[in-house]
Amino acid sequence: MGNKVKLLAVASIGGHWIQLLRIINPNNAEVSVTYLSTHPKCEGMVEGQKFYTISDFSRWNFYKLIPAFFRALKIIQKERPNIVISTGAAPGLVVLLAAKFLGKKTIWVDSIANVQHLSLSGNIASKFVNQTFTQWESLKTPKILYAGNVLEQ
Amino acid sequence: MIFVTIGTQISFDRFIEAVDEIATLVDEPIIAQVFEGSYQTKNVKTVDFLNPDEFNKLMEEARLIVGHAGMGTILSALKYEKPIIIFPRMASLGEHRNDHQMVTAMRMNELGYVHVAYDRKQLKTLILNKDLQPLKKLNRDPSNNMIDFIIKSVSKR
Repeated sequence: MGNKVKLLAVASIGGHWIQLLRIINPNNAEVSVTYLSTHPKCEGMVEGQKFYTISDFSRWNFYKLIPAFFRALKIIQKERPNIVISTGAAPGLVVLLAAKFLGKKTIWVDSIANVQHLSLSGNIASKFVNQTFTQWESLKTPKILYAGNVLEQ
Repeated sequence: MIFVTIGTQISFDRFIEAVDEIATLVDEPIIAQVFEGSYQTKNVKTVDFLNPDEFNKLMEEARLIVGHAGMGTILSALKYEKPIIIFPRMASLGEHRNDHQMVTAMRMNELGYVHVAYDRKQLKTLILNKDLQPLKKLNRDPSNNMIDFIIKSVSKR
């Protein structure tokens, strides 16, 4: 690969964030990554990389979605990634929506915790992102792809 | 040291209470990361929010991890090559919005990654088993296979 692919990698603190870091290794020489999470302390796990935070919310306080959306627009305009990728949860969905709005390529990787079916956020994401991935081969469909999972990585 | 963790989203009193009771039979320190529970432990030291560095440090120092069936907990324990016992949350008891932890626990157990306790009795037996070993290992530095595949999937259009 000649020019590095610029990624914006987004996940909420906790399992989503840990999965994201197993998919996008900060030492990967072929990509340049900017990270975005919901807690400032996540920065310690991606030292030396660009890092932003976005406020956390869930379906229980989703009015916070609006400022998060505008913050995401700002970050994407500043960083100009080629691809925006999220492992969840709801804040990741909002960032992908902002990325879509700005014409960026968008990817959703559903959490490995969703063994039987895609998460609610994953289902919503699959309606508008360029590509959705499941981490279970049994959930693969013509539209939802399987690229392996964070355990075997 | 035994590190107990329930994640940072919802309380899990049934589990913390069970661990607190079992703790009277355990002869090593137990540290439990709890979240918004109403149960006050008598035998176990608790901490609230842990930032990722503190969380990883406890993971590294612990002999055994006991936790809810959250993937953050499971992946971290595997990465640090620690034996892990998981106790899944049940939606019917208001411990999560659905039963995905039950399914995760069963699948992770089938694949040979974790020990699972579905009730207090099983939890006690597993915690008191001093010979519990780490199961499968994860690569400390994950490969780039997954991200390469993912990038290719959107690059060809």
